[in-house]
Amino acid sequence: MNGLEKIESKYYRNDIPDFKPGDKVKVNIKIKEENKERVQTFQGIVINRQSSGLNETFTVRKISFNVGVERTFLVNSPMIHSIEKVNTGIVRRAKLYYLRDKIGKKSRVKTVEQ
Amino acid sequence: MVKAIYGKKVGSTQIYDENGSALCVTAIEAKPCKVIQVKNTTSDGYDALKVGFGEVKEKNLNKPKKGEFSKAKVEPAKYLKEIRLTDSDNEYKVGDNIDVSIFNVGDIVKITGTSKGKGFAGVIKKYNFHRGPVTHGSHSIRKPGSVGMCSTPKKIMKGKKMPGRMGGERVTTPGTKIVDVLLEQNLILIKGSVPGAKGSVVYIRKV
Repeated sequence: MNGLEKIESKYYRNDIPDFKPGDKVKVNIKIKEENKERVQTFQGIVINRQSSGLNETFTVRKISFNVGVERTFLVNSPMIHSIEKVNTGIVRRAKLYYLRDKIGKKSRVKTVEQ
Repeated sequence: MVKAIYGKKVGSTQIYDENGSALCVTAIEAKPCKVIQVKNTTSDGYDALKVGFGEVKEKNLNKPKKGEFSKAKVEPAKYLKEIRLTDSDNEYKVGDNIDVSIFNVGDIVKITGTSKGKGFAGVIKKYNFHRGPVTHGSHSIRKPGSVGMCSTPKKIMKGKKMPGRMGGERVTTPGTKIVDVLLEQNLILIKGSVPGAKGSVVYIRKV
């Protein structure tokens, strides 16, 4: 283990579940307001997961009041309170950017029945 | 108290601060520098500490260098450099170690190193000139343009910015913050970038 890896190892999180593009996830985000801290949830489909190491990010897309909303998070960010996997999707690509052009029923992703 | 040390650039990475925001940091490995000679105004004309750092096999040193280390009775080092002092009264003696503990988190430091060589570069890359028009029959897309006047003064002015070798020169950062000091690993984490390639020697001094 070289110097850089040792520095980085301190910042990796072990409590993040495995999830892939196509999965529906619930991201609980810490929000600081002056001295108070509260948790806000952002639920949607993971459409992208890229980079590696501490730089790894994922993008979650949801439809809010008929408007598509996307947010990108750092996987190992301390600002994420927790991530819950809601269901597993069946998709054939790594980047689900085609969902941006779909509306209504066509914007759904097939899921694995558990 | 000396507030300067020599080290080697390890590389850059990203960490998180206490607010949860991502920070770009550069790690510098500064193993203890051994004092080999204490220079003072009366005998040498200026105040400085001569320090040695970096591992080296003794057989790879020439006789004059070997002599310096044997005179000071310290282990041989790869590099011999000086740390300038502002006044002659300091507590350092020959054989003492200077390590990363001289720095604290939050200190503002200047870092000097040799920048990466860029080879023969044009004026756009080297001096941030603007480019010319790309279309309408233009032949001066990345050219420097006019370099001077006509029959007066009949020459190109000295110091005119021209294409040429870029990089590979001594660069000092204007002042960056120390994010973390890891004593047991002899590492200093500095916010932002540091001149030079990985493994190159850098000089860190407190402003």
